[in-house]
Amino acid sequence: MLGKLDWSAIPFDQPIPLVAGAMVLVAILGVLAWVVVKGHLPYLWSEWITSVDHKRIGVMYILLASVMLLRGGSDAIMMRIQQAVAYQSQGYLPPEHYNQIFSAHGTIMIFFVAMPFVIGLMNLIVPLQLGVRDVAFPTLNSVGFWLTATGALLVNISLVVGEFARTGWLAFPPLSELSYSPGVGVDYYAWSLQISGVGTLVAGINLVTTVLKLRTKGMNYLRMPMFCWTTLASNLLIVAAFPILTATLAMLLLDRYLGFHFFTNEAGGNVMMFMNLIWAWGHPEVYILVLPAFGIFSEVVSTFSGKALFGYRSMVLATMAICVISFMVWLHHFFTMGAGPDVNAIFGIASMIIAIPTGVKIYNWLFTMYGGRIRFATPMLWSVGFMVTFIIGGLTGVLVAVPPADFMLHNSMFLVAHFHNVIIGGVLFGAFAGFEYWFPKAFGFRLDERWGKAAFWFTFTGFYVTFMPLYIAGMLGMTRRMQHYDVAAWRPWMIVAAVGMAVLTIGVICQIVQLVVSIRNREALRDRTGDPWDGRSLEWATSSPPPVFNFAFNPDVRGEDAYWEMKAHARQQSFEHEEPEYQDIEMPRNSPTGFVCAFFATIMGFALIWHIWWMVILGGIGAFATFVVFAWRDHDEYVIPAEEVARIDRINIEERRSLVSMAGAV
Amino acid sequence: MNLLDPQGPVAAANSTILVDSVFIMLVIVVPTIFAILAFAFWFRASNPKARYQPEFVYSGRVEMVVWAIPALTVILLGGVAWIGSHQLDPAAPVPGTGSPVRIQAVSLDWKWLFIYPDQRIATVNTLTVPAGAELNFQLTSSSVMNTFFIPQLGSMIYTMNGMVTKLNLRADNEGKLQGLSAHFSGDGFPDMMFDVNVISPLAFPEWVAATAKTDAVLNADSYKKLMQQGVEKGRPVYRLDDPRLFDLIATQHIPPGPGPELASEAGRPHSGGHDAR
Repeated sequence: MLGKLDWSAIPFDQPIPLVAGAMVLVAILGVLAWVVVKGHLPYLWSEWITSVDHKRIGVMYILLASVMLLRGGSDAIMMRIQQAVAYQSQGYLPPEHYNQIFSAHGTIMIFFVAMPFVIGLMNLIVPLQLGVRDVAFPTLNSVGFWLTATGALLVNISLVVGEFARTGWLAFPPLSELSYSPGVGVDYYAWSLQISGVGTLVAGINLVTTVLKLRTKGMNYLRMPMFCWTTLASNLLIVAAFPILTATLAMLLLDRYLGFHFFTNEAGGNVMMFMNLIWAWGHPEVYILVLPAFGIFSEVVSTFSGKALFGYRSMVLATMAICVISFMVWLHHFFTMGAGPDVNAIFGIASMIIAIPTGVKIYNWLFTMYGGRIRFATPMLWSVGFMVTFIIGGLTGVLVAVPPADFMLHNSMFLVAHFHNVIIGGVLFGAFAGFEYWFPKAFGFRLDERWGKAAFWFTFTGFYVTFMPLYIAGMLGMTRRMQHYDVAAWRPWMIVAAVGMAVLTIGVICQIVQLVVSIRNREALRDRTGDPWDGRSLEWATSSPPPVFNFAFNPDVRGEDAYWEMKAHARQQSFEHEEPEYQDIEMPRNSPTGFVCAFFATIMGFALIWHIWWMVILGGIGAFATFVVFAWRDHDEYVIPAEEVARIDRINIEERRSLVSMAGAV
Repeated sequence: MNLLDPQGPVAAANSTILVDSVFIMLVIVVPTIFAILAFAFWFRASNPKARYQPEFVYSGRVEMVVWAIPALTVILLGGVAWIGSHQLDPAAPVPGTGSPVRIQAVSLDWKWLFIYPDQRIATVNTLTVPAGAELNFQLTSSSVMNTFFIPQLGSMIYTMNGMVTKLNLRADNEGKLQGLSAHFSGDGFPDMMFDVNVISPLAFPEWVAATAKTDAVLNADSYKKLMQQGVEKGRPVYRLDDPRLFDLIATQHIPPGPGPELASEAGRPHSGGHDAR
């Protein structure tokens, strides 16, 4: 009846996951109870859960990423404490638990923190920057988000029901095959990535289509803000790379469920094929994450320097070069597999070539600052911190692209330090910069600057104190994923890294406090102009938060930095005083398709993991039926009458006019 | 285990390339970091002396320089990578004094088996080699992937079931080194560290003779016992019964090692980690 599921799946003998799971459960039930008692449920349902508004979906993506950041961060804290204490002892985490933690940490941080964070920001901002009313496929967008949430939910369920993979975040076979990992851990891993992978793929298709097909009048490709370009590049990579991940995991699942032999030791299975396939997805993946961050930094550096981006066309070229070359370097992840000198050298050099466009980007940000009038608001601090940190990560990255150096550094703590250097210093700093920069746009009030700056300095310092020691440990021969060790020389560096982790944790706490303080002081921090940073692109041309239709009239773009030019134009000629003729606007209806579909996908995923076949069929039929119902819908749009549009837009124009006249007076 | 304290020619060449590459890059990285901080500081809005040049958004000369600097660095490093990959190919010979020593390494769950086919002996978790001689390694795995790595001798390489990888090393100085597995392989993974004793070429035959006197014999049966999942705390040595044992393992005539036993049908398998403790 319940497949492999019975009471022994609950880890009553392991207090740490049980207590953690119980706390999360109590917290979730508490929030749910509060929502129901206060009567917020109808609001949540109609305004958020079923919303197909790209801004709402973007916010929900970022919320999911933030919650999962806390989960992945707790894993990180536990790992750093374990390695600080497990010198000549077993520490406090037994191997079967420690191995789950580092596997979950990697999986969560990449798939359920970094991905939803950057996809959330792209969703929130790109249609606004393009001057359009929504993304290309609004309901599909909602489906994509909720399927990502399903994946995250399954990973968290594994904390208390069964176990998570103990194989590392890429689940290399043959260790991840049934014979060496007979538990449900790898199944949790694979099914949550399969389901959320579908979500990511549809998000990618949606954003590529949006950028290619939905641009406002005059917004040709070479007038798009840099963030739109990096979004395009990143989502092209998603569309090209995620099917490889899906296919690879499908083959692994066929091995595990139906006795196939794609990657087994026996019957001609080939583990090296898995390495190739997973990295053919995995290397583009890191550029999927970091390209949008590059876009965010381009926007932030340009805005806060009060200058257009230096060498815009060069930046576009660099972005697209990275997009293409990133597909040609995957082999550098296994130089030590004995491929032979020609292959290693060619892929080593190809990997270094990516450093050229990346270096160009750094120099172009540098020259954007040159001659600028730089305001050091929190987003700019994150950007300058990124530039310094990312160069160091780039240096170590090129170093491990030199095959003979990689022969000593592969899989070492040096490598761990390198990819945290680029992912924290690049992607996470970028996500935080984007969060601080666009928060006023999403909610209509700024974030508290003092707490924001404190968060930056603690995170920045904490990063260096945590990861510089790991570089040194790597140079001392320490490899990754060690549950305990007996080498005295490694120990001091593990202790320093644990201290750094504490500083990083303070940084995260500052960020939470910043959010709470800002929400409480929101009236004082209110931004009525829609343009709190003196921005340059179209998202600042509408009110904060933007109306559901974004723009009463799709703006007419006459150059790069569209909104900056509009402001300059308006200053010279003052706003036209005659009121435009407002028209009805059609917007897509809300739809519970995404939520219902994800509900059934969760049931199906859970049932697949536990071999509960009747429930698999139930979930599958449910998810399919949801689509059929959606496909047969009669009405998919509703009309916002012209008077309503006019009422909303008049307020916006009034605020903006006073802003421009004030700026004109200065 | 310091990578910058190499004890053999391969490690010495690896770490030279490592250090040289870092210095080549530092030549441009340090000025760039300095320029970022300097520009950010000088062009702060509160500095009245800084000249605001909002029109400075394109310069052909600057563009040429910013594409050229990383490109030139990469050309230089690319040369290092090309030559280095060929000279330091793990399978390339590393000439030494005296006759080369053939060693066949097998990664087991979770220990290292070193077979000396010419000496007809085998050891577990201890690798004893003569100083100065070329060491020809052939490597495979009994079950999951591992990576054979002696940091101070250089170049690591994967071990995979059903396949043989090749690695040539040389240890120049007598002494004790440590090796490890550099690819996660399951619950007992951290216990896959092994001792490397580099002894004088004169002492090596004596050690071989002493080892060959052991009663324990390594053949297909005792190997199957050894490859059960578990951590080996001791340092057992064996006489080698059949010098073709390694080939039997690598060609899967001896089937791959078993995984953990399932304690119950439910999701959590019996943990090999209990044996590890």
